[in-house]
Amino acid sequence: MKAKMKILLNGIFKENPVLILALGCCSVLAVSVSVSGGLGMGLALTFVLVCSNVVISLLRNIIPSKVRIPCYIVVIATFVTLVEMLMEAYLKSLYDSLGVFLSLIVVNCIVLGRAEMFASKHTVGESFFDGLGMGIGYTMVITGMSVIRELFGAGTLLGYRIIPEGYQLSILTQAPGGFFLFGCAIAILVWAMAKHGKKFEPKMGCDGNCAACHSSCDDRKEAEAK
Amino acid sequence: MTELKVSVSPHLRSSRTTQKIMLDVIIALCPALIAASVIFGLRSLLLTAVSAAFCVVLEFAWEKLMKQPVTVSDLSAVVTGMLLAFNVPATMPIWELMVGDVVAIIVVKMLFGGIGCNFVNPALIGRVVMFFSFTADMTNFPAPKGTVDALSSATPLALIRQGSIGWEEFGQLFIGVHGGVLGETCAAALILGGVYLCARKVIKPIIPLAYLGSTLLFSWIFGSPQPVLALFSGGLMLGAIFMATDYVTSPSTNLGKLIFGLGCGLLTALMRCFANSAGAVSFSILLMNLVVPYINDLTQPKPFGGVKAK
Repeated sequence: MKAKMKILLNGIFKENPVLILALGCCSVLAVSVSVSGGLGMGLALTFVLVCSNVVISLLRNIIPSKVRIPCYIVVIATFVTLVEMLMEAYLKSLYDSLGVFLSLIVVNCIVLGRAEMFASKHTVGESFFDGLGMGIGYTMVITGMSVIRELFGAGTLLGYRIIPEGYQLSILTQAPGGFFLFGCAIAILVWAMAKHGKKFEPKMGCDGNCAACHSSCDDRKEAEAK
Repeated sequence: MTELKVSVSPHLRSSRTTQKIMLDVIIALCPALIAASVIFGLRSLLLTAVSAAFCVVLEFAWEKLMKQPVTVSDLSAVVTGMLLAFNVPATMPIWELMVGDVVAIIVVKMLFGGIGCNFVNPALIGRVVMFFSFTADMTNFPAPKGTVDALSSATPLALIRQGSIGWEEFGQLFIGVHGGVLGETCAAALILGGVYLCARKVIKPIIPLAYLGSTLLFSWIFGSPQPVLALFSGGLMLGAIFMATDYVTSPSTNLGKLIFGLGCGLLTALMRCFANSAGAVSFSILLMNLVVPYINDLTQPKPFGGVKAK
C-alpha cells in the first residue's frame, strides 16, 4: 500500500503533469477562466485517465506494440465519448462552457503519455493509482489557476460576485493573463523546491529502463549509439 | 585593497551616466507634460507625478526586498512612470494607472533583471495590460478643456478613418487640442522634445525619422485617406520619439536602427489601415522589440581589417 501511496503522491507533486512534466498545458490555459469549468475539466480528465490507465494496463500484454498508439486512442476515445454524453445529458451548461476541450481529452498528452509511459508497463493497481494521482495533480493546478483568474479577472467565484463591478483585471481572463499565471505557478514551484534543497529536474516519467520502453527519446538514441 | 576591475578595450571615458541621459529624457518630456496640463487640466500633472513616484517606490521596494543594489537614482523608473502616464486619458482612475506601473516595473523590468535586461519596453507592456484590462477607461478620451462640454470625444485617428477630417484641422492637430491620451496629442511639444534629445545626442534621429517616414509611405500605399494627417494623430509621435528609441530595446547599429524604424512603420501602417483597434503603435514597437536581438546579430559591422568568421 505504501508503494501505491507513493505512486499517487508522485502524480500530485514530484511529477505534477502540468507544472513539472508540462503536459496538457493547452487545456489548462484555455479552460481555467472559470472555477466551474476548471473543476469540471479536471474531474472529467481524472475520470478518463483512471479508466484508460486501468483498461490499457489490463490489455498491455495483448496490444501489439506496432499498433499500440491507435489502440490507446480507441480506449481513451471510448471513455471521452462516455463523459461527453453524460455531461451533455446532465450538466449541459458545463458541457457548453468546456466546448471543444472536452472532446480534445482524447489527444490530451497527459492521458496518452501515461498510457505510453506507465500503464503499458505496470500492473492494473499501480496504473489506477498513477491515473488518480496525475488526475488530482492536474485538477489541483487547473482549479487553482481558475480561482485566481475568475476572482481577479471577472470578480466572481463560481458565478457569485465577490469583487464589485469595475475593479477587475480582465486581462487575467484572456490568454496573456493565463500564460503569466502559468509562468508564476512554475516559478513558485521551482522556488519552493530550491528552498527545500531539491534540484529542479523535469523528468518525462522515465524510469531509465530503455529496454522495456517503446518511445524513441534522445536518451535512448544516445544509449543505442554507444 | 579594493577589487580592481579591468574591462575589455576600448577604454573610453565619458562623463555621461545613465542618470544624466534619463534626466535629458525627462526634460524632453516636459513640453508635452506642460501641453497636457494646459489641454486636459491639472489632473494630467497629478497622474504623471503619481505614476513616476509610484514607479520609483516600486523599484526601490523590490530591490530592498530582493537585497539587490538600489538603482532608483538612475531615474529610469521616473521615465517609465512618466511615459506610462502619458499613455492614459486624463480621466483614468489612479489605481488603474498604478496597476500599469506594477506591471511595467515589477513584471517587465525587475523580474527580467532590472535596467538593461528588459526585452521589451516596460511602459508599453504596462499600457497594453491596462488597455486590455480597463478598455472602457483607457478609450474614454476627454475633450480638451474649454472646447465643448462633452464627456468624451472621438480621436483624430477615428475621424480620419471616417474621412471627416481635412487639412483645415492640421493646426489643431499640431497644437494638440483634440481628444486623446495625455502625452500624445500635442505633436509640437513632442517634436520639440525630440529635437532636444537629438541636439543633446541622447538619441540618433534615425529611428524616429525611419519610423515616421515609412508610416507615411506605407499608409499612402495602403490607401489611407489622409496619410500626412495620420502622422500627427494617435500615439505615433510619442511612440516614434520616446518609446521606439529606448536604448535597451532598440538595435545598436545604424543599419539596425533603420531596419527597426522601417519595420515599426510598416506594422503601424498595416494595423492602422486594416485593423480596427487602438494601439497600433504600441503593438508595432513591441513586436519589433522582440526581433531586436536578431537585427543586432545580422547588422554587426565588420571590424577594420577583420575577416568574416567561419
